[in-house]
Amino acid sequence: MDRKEILIELKKVLAPYTESKEMLEGINEQTDLIKDLKINSANLVDIIIDAEAQYNIEIDFDAAEKMYNVGNCIDVIADKINKTA
Amino acid sequence: MGNRVVITGLGVVSPNGLNIPDFLHAIQNGISGIRFIPEYEELKFNCQVSGIPEFEWEQLRNYITETSLYGLKGKGIAYGIKAALDAWTDAGNEIVAQDTLWETGCVFGSSVADTDVIKNAITRVDAHESKKLGSRVVEQIMNSGVTAYISGRLGLGNKIINNSAACATGTQSILMGFEYIKFGMAKRMVVGSCEYVDKYVFGGFDSMRVLSRKFNHEPERASRPMSMSAGGFVPGSGAGALVLEDLDFALARGAKIYGELLGGSTNSGGQRNGGSMTAPGPEGVVKCIREAISNANINANDIDLVSGHLTATIADKLEIQNWVHALKRSGDDFPMVNSLKSMVGHSLSAAGSIETVAAVLQLKHNFVHANLNLEDPIPEILDIIGENNLPTIKVDKEINTVAKANFGFGDVNSCLIISKYKND
Repeated sequence: MDRKEILIELKKVLAPYTESKEMLEGINEQTDLIKDLKINSANLVDIIIDAEAQYNIEIDFDAAEKMYNVGNCIDVIADKINKTA
Repeated sequence: MGNRVVITGLGVVSPNGLNIPDFLHAIQNGISGIRFIPEYEELKFNCQVSGIPEFEWEQLRNYITETSLYGLKGKGIAYGIKAALDAWTDAGNEIVAQDTLWETGCVFGSSVADTDVIKNAITRVDAHESKKLGSRVVEQIMNSGVTAYISGRLGLGNKIINNSAACATGTQSILMGFEYIKFGMAKRMVVGSCEYVDKYVFGGFDSMRVLSRKFNHEPERASRPMSMSAGGFVPGSGAGALVLEDLDFALARGAKIYGELLGGSTNSGGQRNGGSMTAPGPEGVVKCIREAISNANINANDIDLVSGHLTATIADKLEIQNWVHALKRSGDDFPMVNSLKSMVGHSLSAAGSIETVAAVLQLKHNFVHANLNLEDPIPEILDIIGENNLPTIKVDKEINTVAKANFGFGDVNSCLIISKYKND
């Protein structure tokens, strides 16, 4: 799964947690989950739980802390997928 | 004396109506919301009927944000949000305020935080999967979940309180909101209560043998307050909500006024002299009703309608005796009495607020709703208040003042006096 494919999947994971649907459509690696997508910081744990299920990976605390923008999310997910594979 | 408090908005989620127009139609026409629940038969419950609102999650879509709705699983909270926001808009307000409304607060009660949500937490934790619980569990298993959702959505900044007093919760929440306005601590309060009786709570009552069990195949006949053939109550679920306002505040914004909350009282018999964990002591009940009347600055003779607690247990007889004693009225001189529970069952914490909404509607539209299933009134009740005061069909009648009371586990009592608003 390359970064572009992960981003497409990630959009689906993020969708239930943002009211900014237009912004979500146009996300790129610099998009900030809290500042740009206005996601409630408490929901970041839900996104991690959903991402774990979506990609069949486990995201530990240290990795989860890095996931504040789309690029970081993709970094973490790509890293975990590769380890699983 | 304090400020005058008026009722400017109503909302309801009831087994026989999910909004005020439908609920009004149901209570005017004696429509029951009690249904047979096949799952309760499988669970071997003695009582297999319940009053459950025909609620679907989709109905909340225009009430809260999509992100908030996603992950909301607590039905009691959901009922509460719908009733409270309906009352808010019924009072002529917008749902979303830009800034915090410091003059407006919320007292909204409940008995049991949603056990379906708690069960999910228990199951996950026991399966060593606490990691997967996510961020939305705590806010829904806390008792104040419902007030947190309501006040957050409306931006309320005054007192935000979740009260709990078993079956007296609903009337007590209304009384608390009333007192904050009366004594100048708030200008406006969203008040009410909610309850979702799931199978676990239902099972607890079923095991106490206090539920109706002889009418499982005739659900609409199962809830029979004051009837000889009553064999216990029928649990129900739902929510009721009112917007209370300082009279001047309401007049200044040109609000429509349903009625005036003149006063009330809440107390306890102390679980002494006939009072216990499960039964209300007569002394406390009589004192509560009399204090409500005195606090409202009316005479017992002014009361046109008693909206009773009257659950369809052996306590009904005692309750009528207490009313007779408290009001010092009997026979044909006694006011009309009805029990909404004959149509919707007993929704525990939600009962008081749903029944108060019904009381306000009867006051506004000048009618007394029927007592369903009262073909065979208890003779001792007939002896003291007469048959004419127990309507079995709707009675059209000028209603100026209603007394609404509820009595709950822990020997807690709560009584409200509501009247038509008169500009004098």
